[in-house]
Amino acid sequence: MPFDPVFTFGTTAAAALIGLGITHALDRASLEFPPPVAVSELVVLGPGSFEHPQPGEFLKQNHTVAAPVVQETIDAPLEIMKYQVSVSDYGLCVADGACKPADSRKIGNVPVTGVSHIDAEAYATWLSARTGEAWRLPTDVEWAYAAGERFKGDIDGGESDPNNPARRWLTQYRQEAALGRKPDPEPRAQGAFGTNSKGLSDIAGNVWEWTSTCYSHATIGSDGKRTASSIDNCGVHAVEGFHRTYMSNFIRDGKSGGCAVGTPPDNLGFRLVRDRTGFFQTTIRSLGLTLTAAESRVHE
Amino acid sequence: MLTRREALLGSVLTAAAAAAVVAMPVVASAAEVASLPREKVTLVAPPFVHAHDQVAKGGPKVVEFTMTIEEKPMIIDADGTQLNAMTYNGSIPGPLMVVHQDDYIELTLINPETNTLAHNIDFHAATGALGGGGLTLVNPGEQVTLRFKATRTGTFVYHCAPGGAMIPWHVVSGMSGAVMILPRDGLKDDKGKPVRYDRIFYIGENDFYVPRDEQGKFKKYETAGDNYDDTVKVMRGLIPTHVVFNGKAGSLTGDNAMRAKVGETILIVHSQANRDTRPHLIGGHGDFVWEQGKFANPPAKDLETWFIRGGSAGSALYTFRQPGIYAYVNHNLIEAVELGATAHFVVDGTWDDDLMMQVEAPKPIAS
Repeated sequence: MPFDPVFTFGTTAAAALIGLGITHALDRASLEFPPPVAVSELVVLGPGSFEHPQPGEFLKQNHTVAAPVVQETIDAPLEIMKYQVSVSDYGLCVADGACKPADSRKIGNVPVTGVSHIDAEAYATWLSARTGEAWRLPTDVEWAYAAGERFKGDIDGGESDPNNPARRWLTQYRQEAALGRKPDPEPRAQGAFGTNSKGLSDIAGNVWEWTSTCYSHATIGSDGKRTASSIDNCGVHAVEGFHRTYMSNFIRDGKSGGCAVGTPPDNLGFRLVRDRTGFFQTTIRSLGLTLTAAESRVHE
Repeated sequence: MLTRREALLGSVLTAAAAAAVVAMPVVASAAEVASLPREKVTLVAPPFVHAHDQVAKGGPKVVEFTMTIEEKPMIIDADGTQLNAMTYNGSIPGPLMVVHQDDYIELTLINPETNTLAHNIDFHAATGALGGGGLTLVNPGEQVTLRFKATRTGTFVYHCAPGGAMIPWHVVSGMSGAVMILPRDGLKDDKGKPVRYDRIFYIGENDFYVPRDEQGKFKKYETAGDNYDDTVKVMRGLIPTHVVFNGKAGSLTGDNAMRAKVGETILIVHSQANRDTRPHLIGGHGDFVWEQGKFANPPAKDLETWFIRGGSAGSALYTFRQPGIYAYVNHNLIEAVELGATAHFVVDGTWDDDLMMQVEAPKPIAS
């Protein structure tokens, strides 16, 4: 077999990465934990409940209906990043070889964009490993709770006319056109879109955020509220921002990923939630280590 | 030493001189034409078309049009990419002019002083003088009037052709439009039976070649002349950065989507002055299609996709049978979705279950 420098290099690089991973594991075991990552500012939201239009597509008696609005409850304090993950934070994960470089060309204190659901998950896994805490993407319900008054559901054409399915498509199209939102592709510095009533920054600006909620087709029961059956498609997740929409996991540029007519996401980014009693956190604490304290504030 | 502007003008004038040599007189009897009735038409920006009769009333006439050339920056996509556009009458494409066979088109072409380049117009519908290009070259601060006889029926492209390397550059900067010459007794189907349209839409498709910087971002230039060298390099690669309808990705969607009702018949005139394209109406058809655009040939029937040769305009007649949102695309779907060549029709009306219905909505697969 002829010598193939590219192939050989590739293999070596992959081996090196695996090697690094093992080294990290060893470090941790020997308590030489890598330098802690500066954790972004968190907002802690008290428990509460709110009315929430469900994500996904809903059918009732064989025709499409508007998403049912359900009373949702957040029963434990929710710790969520005040800002979207920044280019520099994401860059640390890239430097560690745990994240793929983002497609955005911005630098510094700007939300990272040009990232897929897969990238966001990789970052959460990396951050959890680096901090010993449990970081993950918010669910659609958690995101909506934190977005508060800035939450907007799907652009929904309402209940379809069983005799004329086109009526719903036309309503939806006109609604979307009437929103008159102009494309706004250039990400801005963190905080540029202001703070909502819950203390989170940049909700529903020009960066849509990935969630951990899968796209689903659901059939509504006869009471008009309860879901009788549903099929999840976890190759597609809900993304939230100016409106809620659904994107395939591998999409990094919302413009090319959606089939939306007038308002595809300008950019795709994310923020994470921290589970209070994560496995890593407990472990690290039990080892008597302290991590960088995140500045936290409790609202309500 | 020549400035860039002088250099550009220089190459243009040489070409014009060459053109003048082959120019032929176009008017057989000036007196006869002078005695014809005259009609002044105000052009409207595409996709709309000025009011016109589908069947001619009375005999031939001279139809007067005026177009002012505007060089101006235009935004061609949602990212705000800027084209140093050159336009007929301020729009890309230039307006559609409609006359009947044996009428005369009399165009006054104005190149205001505020422009920086020389321009002209080559009508594919016209006979002689490089389609009129040899008789219409105007420098900034000049105007010219050309008359030509509409001898052949059909849809025809017009474009700027100021000589040499200037020709493709002016065309891919936006300088093209179309003329429609109707048979005096109107359009006919493949069996010679008259057909009419309730609405007409003119779609001009353009391929743009915008240079990128080292980071891959589209570059912005102060003036058209500044982009020339970089743009020609991209043009020579023959891969457009944008393929759009009516000057901009998304120019015919949302609030600007074209409108119709079930039962209405539309005529879509589609021009591409530079590059082949293949229009397709998603969810609809071409009932009668003049693919080459020339009404002396019977229209093709029931087409799914039709072919518009670069440098021509074709037309398709269709009666909507079902309400909804229709996408009208260049069915190279990469060009439609990634490069911009998508328009929408918003069609109201009653749904026909016989033509289509969802027998059963999506549900778990029966075990």
